[in-house]
Amino acid sequence: MNTTEAAFIAMAVAASAAVAAAIVLPARSRVVWVGVFTALSATAGGVASLAVLVGGDSFVTVIPDVFPLGGVRLEFDALSALFTFGTALVAVPAAVYGIGYSGQGPSSRPAQAAWPVLVWSVMMVPAAGNAIGLIALWELMALSSTVLVLAEHHHNAEARRAGQWYVAMTHLSLLAIALALFILVHQTGGESFAAMRAGAANVGPVAASTVFLLALVGFGVKAGVVPLHVWLPRAHPEAPSHVSALMSGAMVKLGVYGLLRVGWDLLDGGPLWWGAVVLTVGLISAMFGILHALVASDLKRLLAYSTTENVGLIFVGVGAAGMFAASDNRPLAAVALAAALLHVLNHGAFKGLLFLGAGSVLTATGTRNLDHMGGLGRRMPVTAATFAIGGMALAALPPLNGFVSEWLLLQSLVHSLPSEAASVAVAMPVAVAVVALTGGLAAAAFVKAFGSAFLAMPRSAEAEAAHESPFTMRTGMIALAGVCIALALLPTLLANPLERAIAPATGIADGAPISTNGVYVHLAGIQAGLSPLMLTLGLLIGVVAVFAVVRRSRARSTVRDIPPWGCGRTLQTSRMEYTATSFAEPLQRVFDDVLHPEIDVVVDHHTESRHYVESIRYHSETRDGIENRLYEPLLAVARRWGDRARSVQNGSIHRYLTYSLVVTVVVLLVSQ
Amino acid sequence: MNPTGIAVALLQAVFVIACAPLLVGWTRLVRARLEGRVGAPIRQPWRDLRKWFVKERMVSEHTGWVFALAPLVLTGSAVLVAALVPSLSTSSALDQVGDLFAVVYLLLLGTVALSLAGLDAGTAFGGMGASREMTITAIAEPTVLVAIFALSVSAGSSNLGVIVADTLSRPSAAASPTNLLALAALAVVTVAETGRIPVDNPSTHLELTMIHEAMTLEFSGPDLAMIELAAHVRLVVFLTLLANLFVPWGIATTAQPLHLLVAAGAVLVKLTVLATIVATVEVFLAKVRLFRVPELLAASFVLAFLAVTASFFLA
Repeated sequence: MNTTEAAFIAMAVAASAAVAAAIVLPARSRVVWVGVFTALSATAGGVASLAVLVGGDSFVTVIPDVFPLGGVRLEFDALSALFTFGTALVAVPAAVYGIGYSGQGPSSRPAQAAWPVLVWSVMMVPAAGNAIGLIALWELMALSSTVLVLAEHHHNAEARRAGQWYVAMTHLSLLAIALALFILVHQTGGESFAAMRAGAANVGPVAASTVFLLALVGFGVKAGVVPLHVWLPRAHPEAPSHVSALMSGAMVKLGVYGLLRVGWDLLDGGPLWWGAVVLTVGLISAMFGILHALVASDLKRLLAYSTTENVGLIFVGVGAAGMFAASDNRPLAAVALAAALLHVLNHGAFKGLLFLGAGSVLTATGTRNLDHMGGLGRRMPVTAATFAIGGMALAALPPLNGFVSEWLLLQSLVHSLPSEAASVAVAMPVAVAVVALTGGLAAAAFVKAFGSAFLAMPRSAEAEAAHESPFTMRTGMIALAGVCIALALLPTLLANPLERAIAPATGIADGAPISTNGVYVHLAGIQAGLSPLMLTLGLLIGVVAVFAVVRRSRARSTVRDIPPWGCGRTLQTSRMEYTATSFAEPLQRVFDDVLHPEIDVVVDHHTESRHYVESIRYHSETRDGIENRLYEPLLAVARRWGDRARSVQNGSIHRYLTYSLVVTVVVLLVSQ
Repeated sequence: MNPTGIAVALLQAVFVIACAPLLVGWTRLVRARLEGRVGAPIRQPWRDLRKWFVKERMVSEHTGWVFALAPLVLTGSAVLVAALVPSLSTSSALDQVGDLFAVVYLLLLGTVALSLAGLDAGTAFGGMGASREMTITAIAEPTVLVAIFALSVSAGSSNLGVIVADTLSRPSAAASPTNLLALAALAVVTVAETGRIPVDNPSTHLELTMIHEAMTLEFSGPDLAMIELAAHVRLVVFLTLLANLFVPWGIATTAQPLHLLVAAGAVLVKLTVLATIVATVEVFLAKVRLFRVPELLAASFVLAFLAVTASFFLA
């Protein structure tokens, strides 16, 4: 029994213990033990994946006859391990955080039992090594997360709507994935992934492309890419915050994993247009996601849309890798894929951290609306500082981890020229432009979120009375902030694990994409260097040098607190501050044609004279355009057909017996 | 990373910081003369900085640690960028530490820090400035990165030293359509990012039209000195990039003192010419409406995009 196998057993045992604790124990101690066992289970998952990524272990096992039609095969290679590792990075702090968070919120038995199941299944999905295993684990993940999305449905109607959307979309996902795997099994004649790989050469181009497109839809739903993202901005805000952290930081990445596994491992890559489609989907998701994040005033909705943006960026990396590989530029393809996989880890860490921060704010103020917050930086210093770290990573600002993966992605895109293929030459400048614009808009979204939640004066009594979160919640946030910083300073440690993780994608892998001497990052086939460590050191030296000079000023010691400049007015209230909505207004105006905001201005006049205004009400709402224009009509059609079908069902038992008779006769005739 | 390389990097930082206020003084002088005024001497910005440096700090009572930290981060990032950008020599130790992308994102870091400080003061003006600044920065970002794309296609790298060395070795590349288009695009972005007319008016006194000045309204004393110095340095960094990426001649490729001296002279001449152009253009242009700025930036994006396609189809 090697380390990986032992860790897998520990994972399952700890997760079962957590479920048992959730069912048996009373409410107060339940939360603590569920948190502890879930954290242990996630730690075991981290150990298992490190053994594969760093130690070069591998793990294959078959558990026969779990299901009527066959057993579950587990196959844990480096690509799987990278995703499981990313999950563990988020899940351990989220589980610790969950102890304090659930103490004040969702501590019911079903919610507490579903949480360890979700953590375990998200870690296990990448380990699935056959079709039935993948489908079973995927469904377990979907069901447990649904329970958690609905955790607060008693007093929150919005959570029920979110749950409906989530269930519908996640089953669309399962349907598409099952179909894709069914075709694969049929064409390759094997049910395990190993057999599919061996038989991939027999799959015709049409069948392969069908499988790929079905996988793109199925896994795209889970990844939350446009136009399949509609569940995401509803479900993530409604779930408890540590669950949102895991969903956003880890679960959506399994969409990327599945696409890579099916498209570039089992099918071993395909024509250029596969990559081009993934790239296009990624670009549209990135733009759409960040624009909606920018105008959202619900903090968790903002973060959810930003997840769509970041998954879009990961898709850009995967798509570019596919395009480069198809046009025979494998070293560059490996760099693009390494960028995408590094961003999987980075996004997991910083988005997990931001959702934990949002949860901390939510418990302290009772609101998710940024326009009602403000001044929380003084009242919740730990939350503010860790949120700032996560937000800077989100905005891809150096010296944080988001910058490193964005830099890698830009390098791979920029060095695609000169290329043979004209499609690459046209696609890449567009891709760079979109990545750049999303980067700039993400910075604006971060300034908006952080500025209106944590800075200046509180805009409501609840924000005024806010207090810092309990110890376990702070621990979770500090731990994830530490992960972000570690990933930022030492991405060089990930050079070998990334090379191993890319290896299963044999159509793309080409030796080491990143070479490093521990300090500098160098890329295969690209003359470019970056040293995150030295850059951070340089920045620190710059800041310290400036500070040392300023300290010598004799003015430094005297600070006088004064009211801010108000153009001669003496009274300055929080109503005069810029709100999140007003901050985003110029950009909303610039991107008017994409966002289509609905703005109502109602002006009431005095009854005596129309020249005097009594009150002005301004209401602005930006609804998801894709939900409005694509899903609403579809739902309307479904509802109309549903209404028509109702006339068939009139409650008469005689009629129903006639239906059964007719159907039986038809089936008999057809099967003849 | 050798000691000479580190010395060169430090020298570049000191050189840019020392020259930046003087160059700003020069633009103000040129502008004053063209407008028929006598104008302040070119060392006036340095005098202002010295004056603010010893004045009392008065801080809005609503602010927190972000407000205190922002000037340090802004100025610290400006100092690092001044050391990174090859103003004197390509043999700086920092050449492998960060490339053009790192420079762009470090500048963005400074912008974000100042915007947050603007919001922290709790006034409408600070928020207004921060909102506008982030809008313009976000929309300018594609132009910057696509222009870098265009430059790195011909050099095969986005490292500053490599791009400069490439243009030095192939003088004809300096006048290629790619380079000229990228130059035009970056010139527009320089105006937008450094807050010059027609995007922002650095000498405005009307709060409603301010962008950069609105964010700095609440700063005083040494903090104001830091922010103003950082703004000067950022202007000179952008001008140095324009000068040395497109017309690199005169720059030292070694770390010998004589070569560095020649390089300092050459880059000063180039910067003075560019500063004169900036000042002259400002005299003849009016500030455009805020919501016309995206059109300007979209035009510059088209130029940058054409630069990349030119590098592909004309190569």
